[in-house]
Amino acid sequence: MSVNYPLVQAPAPAELAPRLSLVEEVTGFVRTKPLGAAGALIILAMLLVAFLASALAPFDPYLADYGAQFARPGTEHWLGTDEFGRDVMSRIMYGARIALFVGFAASFGGCSIGAVLGVLSAYCGGKVDLLLERVMDVLLAFPQLILALAVASILGPAVPNVVIAVAIPIIPRAARVVRATALSIKENQYVEAAHGLGASHYRVVRQHIVPNVLAPYLIMVTAQLGTAILAEAALSYLGLGAAEPTPSWGLMLSGSAPAYAEKAPWIGLFPGIAISLAVFGFSLFGDSLRDALDPKLRGR
Amino acid sequence: MRTYLAKRLLLIVPTLFGVAAVVFLIMRVIPGDVTLLILGGDQTGRIDPQQLAAMRHQLGLDQPIWMQFGTWLWGVLRLDFGTSLWTGQPVIEEVLIRLPLSLEVAILATIVSVLLAIPLGMLAAVRQDTWVDYVIRVGSIGGQAIPSFWVGILVILFLVIYFGWGPPLEFTPPWVDPWANFQQLVWPVVTVGYRYAAVTTRMTRSTVLEVLREDYIRTAWAKGLRERAVVIRHALKNAMLPVITLVGTEFAFLIGGLVVTETVFTLNGVGRFVVDAVAHRDYPVVQALVFLIALCFVVVNLLIDLTYAWFDPRIRYH
Repeated sequence: MSVNYPLVQAPAPAELAPRLSLVEEVTGFVRTKPLGAAGALIILAMLLVAFLASALAPFDPYLADYGAQFARPGTEHWLGTDEFGRDVMSRIMYGARIALFVGFAASFGGCSIGAVLGVLSAYCGGKVDLLLERVMDVLLAFPQLILALAVASILGPAVPNVVIAVAIPIIPRAARVVRATALSIKENQYVEAAHGLGASHYRVVRQHIVPNVLAPYLIMVTAQLGTAILAEAALSYLGLGAAEPTPSWGLMLSGSAPAYAEKAPWIGLFPGIAISLAVFGFSLFGDSLRDALDPKLRGR
Repeated sequence: MRTYLAKRLLLIVPTLFGVAAVVFLIMRVIPGDVTLLILGGDQTGRIDPQQLAAMRHQLGLDQPIWMQFGTWLWGVLRLDFGTSLWTGQPVIEEVLIRLPLSLEVAILATIVSVLLAIPLGMLAAVRQDTWVDYVIRVGSIGGQAIPSFWVGILVILFLVIYFGWGPPLEFTPPWVDPWANFQQLVWPVVTVGYRYAAVTTRMTRSTVLEVLREDYIRTAWAKGLRERAVVIRHALKNAMLPVITLVGTEFAFLIGGLVVTETVFTLNGVGRFVVDAVAHRDYPVVQALVFLIALCFVVVNLLIDLTYAWFDPRIRYH
């Protein structure tokens, strides 16, 4: 049961909030948000695997071993081998690097550009706002895949280019959310007071607008992380992402995986599980973070 | 309401113009020349320059780009999208061949998703932080996390291995043979519908949760209404607007955005058509399809905004 006191919307000063040790905070998070904690655990495991792939992976992910083609999952190759005898588990481990790189780069990049444009749009208002909003409308209405196709055919199918293709559709979404928040912040009296005291535009934006749009920005970044990983997988699956022999999860599902699916289902099974698990982890964590940071903000 | 409508209709024009200009530009910038692709060259790979020039002239590609754009735009205004560079058929006819399939999948998936999502999302919200909520949340987050093309691959494998089923080669419209049509589309619809239902469930849950904290809900409880009346009559009704928005935008997306699913299930729909057209550098087809997909998106968004304005007078007069 909540009672609204419109005057105390500003966050409480730090001295009033009870000081928690890191351990207390973590256990508190686990207790109140078990699903979010599970998500965080999945993300941590994935980060660990990605960073330590060269130490953890039992085989070279690029090394073809024609003596071990289509090896069943067993003691030597835990998750089996593909049609070139490459170890599926090692490829999935190295694939985590690509998924995380594209996920983080695209969602941070897209959300940051979107946030800057959103703040600009809201703060300047008028013609700037009108123009930027139309550009965002065009980006939203433009089919994502055609964009990715264009990027892939102009710049070539490679991992850094996938980041661009995945990041562009994120821009208008982030811009919308940040613009809406910034618009309502701009109307606050403390912004007016700052102007009245002679603060520069830069100062007002930095001191008052940016700290207040930080929460929706962070929520957006975590929400888009999973989406970006999924988009990378889909683009690679369609041949618009990383090119062979890069161990990208989406690429591992295309071509040979369905072709040999009856003979060696593990080739296509495990990369799919890896994608699902990764996106699942980021979504669980993102959801809980959203609940924790801003119970009023909606999913999209 | 009338001024609001006029304003919203006016805003559509620059958006569509922008999309048209961007796709036109993209198609001219990407490497690969359609005339070279059509002519193909002789065995040595050489192409007669005269023939090339003649072909370019015939297709109107020798004109300056802004003139090509103007000609095309003028055609669009008269609902003439030109002819495919490859088949020579009017683009609109080619689209109409593929549209029923995409539309049917989109409509069926929407029905599946709404029927599943609204009760489940509501249930999760009402029983927040109980095992019911957790199960529904894990199921719906899973629906968004599992790539639909992977689900498609697994479904096909399962069907092929256990039932000897193969993906159909040609689309049978429901008015020709409803049963054959059902068999063709049931799996794509299930695959797409699961993801779609997952997204909608999450949205329903979060908006119902938000509404349940409102004062009038407390009043409804205080009046001594039963849970059913509070949740359905008071909460759900007011939580529906964001859900309608989501369902609308997803529907608009589905019509042209099912490329991956269409690829997995070898369906000849609109999404695959665009991708193939890009690969063939069939400029008129790509331009028309991207324009139509954007139009669909814009119109659906307009309808959503009008629904909002209809329900909430504050928006109308803002």
